[in-house]
Amino acid sequence: MDFLIFKAPMLMVQASLDGILLGILFALIAYGMALQWGVMNIINIAQGDLVILGGYIAYTIYLWGIHPAWGVIISPIIMFFVGWGLYKLVINKVVDRDLFISILATFGIAIVFQQLMNFIFGADVVVAQSEYGTTMLFDNSVTLPNSKIFSAFISVLYAVALVIYMKKSRLGRAIRATAQNARAAKILGVDTEKVYAATFGINAALCGIAGALISITLTLHPYVGLPYTVRSFMIVIVAGLGNLPAVAVSGMGLGLFEEFADYILGTEFRIGAVFLLLVLILVYRRFKLSKKREYLK
Amino acid sequence: MKQKDLILYSSLIILGLAAPYLFSAFKVQLTYLCVLIVLAMTWNLQGGEMGYNTFGNILFYGLGMYLTASVQVGMFFPLAEWTESGGEKTFVHTTAQYFQGIGVGLLVSAIVPAIIAGAIGYAILGLRGHYFAICTLGLGIAAGEIAGGIEIIGAGQGFTTPPFPAEIVDTEARGKFFYFLSFALLIGTFIFVKYIYGSRFRLILNAIRDNEDKAEAMGIQTMKYKIVGWMCSAFFCGLAGGIMGGLIGYIDSTDVAFDGREMGVFMVLMAILGGKGTLWGPVIGATLFHFFKEGLWTLILGWQYVALGVLIVVIVVYFPEGLMGWLREKYPERFGEVIDEKDRKAQVELK
Repeated sequence: MDFLIFKAPMLMVQASLDGILLGILFALIAYGMALQWGVMNIINIAQGDLVILGGYIAYTIYLWGIHPAWGVIISPIIMFFVGWGLYKLVINKVVDRDLFISILATFGIAIVFQQLMNFIFGADVVVAQSEYGTTMLFDNSVTLPNSKIFSAFISVLYAVALVIYMKKSRLGRAIRATAQNARAAKILGVDTEKVYAATFGINAALCGIAGALISITLTLHPYVGLPYTVRSFMIVIVAGLGNLPAVAVSGMGLGLFEEFADYILGTEFRIGAVFLLLVLILVYRRFKLSKKREYLK
Repeated sequence: MKQKDLILYSSLIILGLAAPYLFSAFKVQLTYLCVLIVLAMTWNLQGGEMGYNTFGNILFYGLGMYLTASVQVGMFFPLAEWTESGGEKTFVHTTAQYFQGIGVGLLVSAIVPAIIAGAIGYAILGLRGHYFAICTLGLGIAAGEIAGGIEIIGAGQGFTTPPFPAEIVDTEARGKFFYFLSFALLIGTFIFVKYIYGSRFRLILNAIRDNEDKAEAMGIQTMKYKIVGWMCSAFFCGLAGGIMGGLIGYIDSTDVAFDGREMGVFMVLMAILGGKGTLWGPVIGATLFHFFKEGLWTLILGWQYVALGVLIVVIVVYFPEGLMGWLREKYPERFGEVIDEKDRKAQVELK
């Protein structure tokens, strides 16, 4: 353990800012998770791998010589169709079934995705250079890469746009109606099959945006998808389904936790700390609910 | 015991005892098979009988692996100097030390995971359904990540288990030793699970699976039985891990011990393939899976994980009841179920 962070206050500012900016990105992924969980009642273990795939799309256009920031527009468009196809292939068969079936089936999809990405893009850690430079704060003692600020800004932009879209558009209203009561929506003429496919597509598109942003702020590797799934799952169970401000706040909280865990426990325990936090949150909620003789549903 | 059963079991035991001599080249594969069957059968106690789909049994498997190796080394030599961090000094176990070490190590690796399962059981088993599944998934991966950061057991460099004593000249001895060890474990596990299948304990587990609230209302202390069930699984998973550690000879935190991506999924898949909630399902599922894996893995080198992922999706989506479930539907009389023809017809008409 290393308590350097408590001796140098500027490190704390650095960790906090990094954590909050990272947390906004996590919140975007978690929003997609909450959307599909709420509407289709499935838990998608492949969420993180969709994110990484989105990142690789941005990385590919970077290799072609296009600035990787364009990935935040191109990647979601491609990922929407990937999500749509995935729904038509597998997900539509697990929608009405037991949740564990969806967990296992998406686990299988995650393994396939990881391996295919390993074949296509190689097993190296890659990053797309955005060349945005860095911002220095407080007498150069805090450094902030501009790409992180850019990614937080784009995340907020897309999240707000999606909320407005869900409120106003015809498809958005159909999605919300299906989430409330799929059967009633069907009777009233909503094509629920199409709504489900669109929901999964939108979720994949959100993952694509997040992935494109990760490709310029963090690093990409075929096997790092699962931590993103667990982070978004954690944010959703803390915030609840369909509560967007809470998703944003708990996303930032998770980002802060991670940065501080990184400084205090050391980088080798960072992912371990995230998974352990998931266990602790679930156990905490279980004890809190068991006082009322209830359990997590 | 009926005569038919007697013939079946005795012929299976004779086959098992003769296997390393008949298929001398496949001893390692046979040892793997025994361990896989043990893992599938113990997973079935949770996933099939109790209805708690766990990804966390890999925790006890990995724990058993590390514990056996640590005890085996630590009993005679300083553990910190054995591993990479302490300079990776070479100590040589004598024959007696090796077998004493692995004996005590296996004992520890059975008891400690069972105690840990009991200790965390109260907190974790209070979760239900998919929350339990995700929580145990997190637990298994967290254990792997944390084990990869602890210096005394080799951290990221891994841990080499003591080599088989060189004084034994017979080159076949190592393979035979581990095979018979795992075969003994398999027989022990089978007898234990079969005993559970004939007991009241199984009915209680089934009641928890079918409706936990009602089981509680009937006056069953469900938490107590859930914890005991998990401890039983942990006991055998720990032993299986210990044997595997000795067989492989090298322990890596995320690729061998807490290998949620392979072993952790395999045990779920094998039990589902054979049929959850049956005595023979996991045995058949594990055997089929192992033959499929060993036969196909080398043919589609490089693509094996893609095949594994597709296999998971196909099995889970199309055959969630497994082989035994399919047979049960086809030949219900064989499973001692009586079907009322009139009732069946009436139901068909209703549809």
